[in-house]
Amino acid sequence: MTEVSPRPLPEGMERPGVARGLLTLVSHRYLLTLLVRKELRVRYQASVLGLAWSYVKPGAQFAVFFFVMGQFLQLSRSIPPYAIFLFSGIVVVNLFSEILGNATRSVVGNAPLVRKIFLPRQLFPLSTVLVALVHFLPQLVILVIGALVSGWRPDPAALGAALLGAVLVIVFALALGLLFGAVNVAFRDTENTVDLILMVAVWFSPVLYNIGLVRDHFGADSWLTRLYEANPLTIAVELFHRAFWYPAAEPGVRDGALIDHVMWRGVIALVVCMGLLWVGDRVFTRLSRNFAQEL
Amino acid sequence: MATDPSIETPEAIVVDGLVKRFRFRHVHSLKETVARWVRRATVETDEFTALKDVNLTIRQGETVALLGFNGSGKSTLLKCISGVLTPDEGQIGVRGRIAGLIEVGAGFHPDLTGRENVYLNGAILGMSEAEIEARFEQIVAFSEIEEFIDQEVKFYSSGMFLRLAFSVAVHTDPDVFLVDEILAVGDEPFQRKCLDRIRELRASGKTLVIVSHDLNMVADLCDRGILLEHGVVVMDDEPHAVVRRMRGEG
Repeated sequence: MTEVSPRPLPEGMERPGVARGLLTLVSHRYLLTLLVRKELRVRYQASVLGLAWSYVKPGAQFAVFFFVMGQFLQLSRSIPPYAIFLFSGIVVVNLFSEILGNATRSVVGNAPLVRKIFLPRQLFPLSTVLVALVHFLPQLVILVIGALVSGWRPDPAALGAALLGAVLVIVFALALGLLFGAVNVAFRDTENTVDLILMVAVWFSPVLYNIGLVRDHFGADSWLTRLYEANPLTIAVELFHRAFWYPAAEPGVRDGALIDHVMWRGVIALVVCMGLLWVGDRVFTRLSRNFAQEL
Repeated sequence: MATDPSIETPEAIVVDGLVKRFRFRHVHSLKETVARWVRRATVETDEFTALKDVNLTIRQGETVALLGFNGSGKSTLLKCISGVLTPDEGQIGVRGRIAGLIEVGAGFHPDLTGRENVYLNGAILGMSEAEIEARFEQIVAFSEIEEFIDQEVKFYSSGMFLRLAFSVAVHTDPDVFLVDEILAVGDEPFQRKCLDRIRELRASGKTLVIVSHDLNMVADLCDRGILLEHGVVVMDDEPHAVVRRMRGEG
């Protein structure tokens, strides 16, 4: 660990390899765009469908959930238009999963670079956010089209909710991604743990069913309900429901279908996640000093 | 000291009381860690001190050979100077931009074309977009693989790959160059070209720190030799004298 040395360096000299925080990456914009381009090129190398895979996967997921949960288990009855309800939740969870999953693996995945060349290591998790956004935007376009067809007419609150929800899920996923990505260098179990988290994430947030079921089951005031409602991912999903499903739904269906005070909860969750991002960045910066020798 | 660059020349690299230890932790999963913790066994670590209190000042424009046998800490020192490794004690100061030719091609991706790799690697080594564009032709010409530049690097021969990687690295135009065993790149004509390029950099006043096992070559190339043994600087002199000592001749 570097202690501050009593002897100052001669004037004009800098310490090499000092890890700095996320904000310093602004000066590495160009490298960041190249890393993102590389990631996308490499991922769809020799694939016929290419970027279209980012439509196929959520499409299949949507179809399965729509028929199994919506039709067979009849969840769709209580919250029409169910397709919009379902898809607006799926895109949020997919964005979360892609950022968190890839950010966790990003440092270990770039081991040859990390071991040999000094770069701000936050570049790797941060580039996963941008790659995820490239996949997210077409899904968002489909969601908007679907919602418009179902009678969605956006109001200012809806647009605000969409923006808040997207920012919230990005900040939350990046914060966790920095933490898990840094720990994963020393403990490779982390990526399996994250896979587990991602597997249950879609079930423990109101993507397939509305939050009323949780309240009915656990009781509105039970600590389990509170915990469920405090999950930033739950709030982000509900913000997307507020943005895309709520304006398209019949007034009679809307009541009590969403979490209360969704916008306020969104703002609070964002503040909390910003704090978490700060912590994640600090932990990552601190642990990044030893990345080269641990890999 | 045989070499004595004028005292007024500013320092390019200052290494001040540098200590670098490596800890080899033998567990790499949480399960094992927890199991050990439950058994109240401490995590087994082997500690190995690669560099013990190294002090060096290298001035701008010097060409320094870091000499020593395997395991003497040369590469560790170079990695500390480049910033990849963080000192455990002491500090390092560097003036100006630094580029490590520590392992050429580290940032190359086999699925990208030569051209894309030039851009990606140039940016990784700290060049801006404009700088890369300005030097692109030069980089490609130096590597002599013009006709393959738009092919994916995975189809390159190892020689072509290294030539392109080296070419990007020597065109980054840093103030301080760290060179580790890369002069063994390619065939003889290309090696000669690399050496010429290194001499050119030297003549233009760049600071160079070179690690190589080709003792005759580095002794001729450099104007100062630093000998490391088991992580300690044991000699700092004219490079031919250092090489003679390494060979037990002096």
